[in-house]
Amino acid sequence: MATSPSAEAPTAPGATAPRPFRVARRRRETKDTWTLELEPLQGDPLAAAPGQFTMLYAFGVGEVPISVSGDSTGPLVHTVRAVGAVTEAICRSKPGTVLGVRGPFGNPWPVGIDVGLDVVIVAGGIGLAPLRPVLYHVLARRDEYGGVALLYGTRTPADILYASELERWRGRFDLHVGVTVDSATAGWRGRVGVVPKLVAGASFDPASTIALVCGPELMMRFTARSLLERGVPADRIYVSLERNMRCGAGHCGHCQLGPTLICRDGPVYRYDEVAAFAEVPEL
Amino acid sequence: MIEPETLEALVVALRNRGYRVLGPTVREGAIVYDDVGSAAELPVGWTDSQDAGSYRLERRDDEARFGYAVGPHSWKQFLLPPRVRLWQAKRRNGGFEVEEEPLDDAPLAFLGVRSCELHAIAIQDTVFLEGRHVERDYAARRKDAFVVAVNCFEPGGACFCVSMGTGPKVGAGYDLALTEILEGGHRLLVEVGSERGGEVLDELPRSAPEDADLEGAERAVSGAATRMGRTLDATDLHGVLARNLEHERWDDVAERCLTCGNCTMVCPTCFCTSIEDVSDLAGESAERVRAWDSCFSLDYSHIHGGSVRRSGRSRYRQWLTHKFGTWHDQFGTSGCVGCGRCITWCPVGIDVTEELAAIRSNKEANDGDD
Ligand SMILES: Cc1cc2nc3c(=O)[nH]c(=O)nc-3n(C[C@H](O)[C@H](O)[C@H](O)COP(=O)(O)OP(=O)(O)OC[C@H]3O[C@@H](n4cnc5c(N)ncnc54)[C@H](O)[C@@H]3O)c2cc1C
Ligand code: SF4
Ligand code: SF4
Repeated sequence: MATSPSAEAPTAPGATAPRPFRVARRRRETKDTWTLELEPLQGDPLAAAPGQFTMLYAFGVGEVPISVSGDSTGPLVHTVRAVGAVTEAICRSKPGTVLGVRGPFGNPWPVGIDVGLDVVIVAGGIGLAPLRPVLYHVLARRDEYGGVALLYGTRTPADILYASELERWRGRFDLHVGVTVDSATAGWRGRVGVVPKLVAGASFDPASTIALVCGPELMMRFTARSLLERGVPADRIYVSLERNMRCGAGHCGHCQLGPTLICRDGPVYRYDEVAAFAEVPEL
Repeated sequence: MIEPETLEALVVALRNRGYRVLGPTVREGAIVYDDVGSAAELPVGWTDSQDAGSYRLERRDDEARFGYAVGPHSWKQFLLPPRVRLWQAKRRNGGFEVEEEPLDDAPLAFLGVRSCELHAIAIQDTVFLEGRHVERDYAARRKDAFVVAVNCFEPGGACFCVSMGTGPKVGAGYDLALTEILEGGHRLLVEVGSERGGEVLDELPRSAPEDADLEGAERAVSGAATRMGRTLDATDLHGVLARNLEHERWDDVAERCLTCGNCTMVCPTCFCTSIEDVSDLAGESAERVRAWDSCFSLDYSHIHGGSVRRSGRSRYRQWLTHKFGTWHDQFGTSGCVGCGRCITWCPVGIDVTEELAAIRSNKEANDGDD
């Protein structure tokens, strides 16, 4: 070609090759889920906004997309549920182990834009991990927001993430925490039922609320429905979606959902912009 | 104007400038793109006869160098090679060190690029060079590529570039463009598209074109436009497909489609890749390979709990709606350039132009575009 199209444009650092990060701390959350704190062997810490993700590499095993789950002003933190070869290898990584990190990729939750509103955070299962940074962000500047609610559901009490932190948050007067489980086990005295049900009972002013939702797709659909029923405007409900991802950089094609590429246009979406596609089976 | 024999001087001129010259050549019953050491390796006197599910080489009764349409290869073979190692890593001090693969930026010269293929390259440029992240391997290979385009005078039985607005006449994006003229003496018109293209032409023995040459060239290309093997009504395909995600034609085509992925491999714009992470047995070194992937595989959409697109129906729908519909949303153009490869190389002869026509014939779809 006569001209060389943007071949000189900079490639984002870490877009292709993983940067080595050492596991500084590891903490078991549940039977199959661990939280890892990572620090770079060299160079600047990784700055990621709430809702963004990295591609996390276990040496010789493989690489998967994982959301940041820590405070965006602190070190890189990931919470990982072991469901297959790569996530199992990551969860087995004791302090000192070196993992590879590419990114951050994707668009963040719209926190910081809509100050003054009530904030409703609805999470299902591991979906609390990508939302925890939002909570840190909001609590650090609590005055800027109206009411803040965290509604969280898991399958059983044993699957609850960040249990001691939730306890602490539950004790705050400026934060409403609702937790529910699909099926109770002995000793559970909390609520039983699916998360969308918590939406009906939570106190917030629907007309001036922003809702952030993450969990299994079905849970997000029902939650969005409950929020809409309460009167939350469709354009103020946000969800984070998940598809297979190989590159994170918009080049591999795997994360398509209809007209969008999740790594490029998501993973955080305004619900009304993706609802129609998310509801077509197998799209 | 240059003589057909002067193509040898063109190959030499490009090689002398340090280019790896790639062009059409006959291998195992097909015209493929490969290194050409000499213009004698071009498919002199060959043509390809193409139809849905069939491809055959045939002798021409002339010595045309570019008297065929397109084969199973496209230039993506060289800009986005089927397998590329991205990096290697070695364990060190309890951690590991990653070494990115040195970039292969040996300058390439493509000899014999069709108009549809120029459009396909531009489409992949958009994907790899114009987003938030630049694909460094593609960028390195693409950067200095020298393009010798050719105007088509012998379209194939599966071609429909006229319907897609991508040919047969070469528009922009070339260094040199050739038009092969057969009537009234075998010769080629050369047009210059860049400064370095002009410099290369200056080195070749040539004559100034006369009116008869220009008219002959014009007739050759305009004739091709009237002999397309296929046509497609491309009006608002984006909208037609978006409105028909549950059309019964998806069930019908799913009965025929083998989900083999051939169509995605031969398509010059299909860009999907996967990564393969491997390590040695001792776990001391590892590497990552980027390899072509296809939306027809089950793994492609695998997430924990199973694949998103389990049925063949949903995978065919993904391919067709992406190519002709959502590509517009994602990259601002159609993902199809009308080259016909997917039609020719489909083992069961599935024809995208037929499938799209069937979907459009739905009443509902027609409501949107009268
Ligand atoms: C944007 C995003 C953020 C995520 N954040 C988190 C998080 O914070 N914590 C967490 O535990 N999980 C998260 N996931 C899911 C996580 O990526 C998968 O659980 C993981 O890829 C499973 O890989 P595996 O090899 O362990 O499992 P397997 O099921 O054995 O997967 C095999 C291969 O398929 C692919 N694959 C499988 N499932 C997924 C998937 N869900 N998404 C993408 N590729 C997949 C991977 O390439 C994987 O190597 C996130 C996914 C996305 C897309
Ligand atoms: S979809 Fe078929 S006709 Fe269109 S560019 Fe791809 S291979 Fe060619
Ligand atoms: S359309 Fe044809 S080439 Fe493509 S996957 Fe189906 S059978 Fe294979």
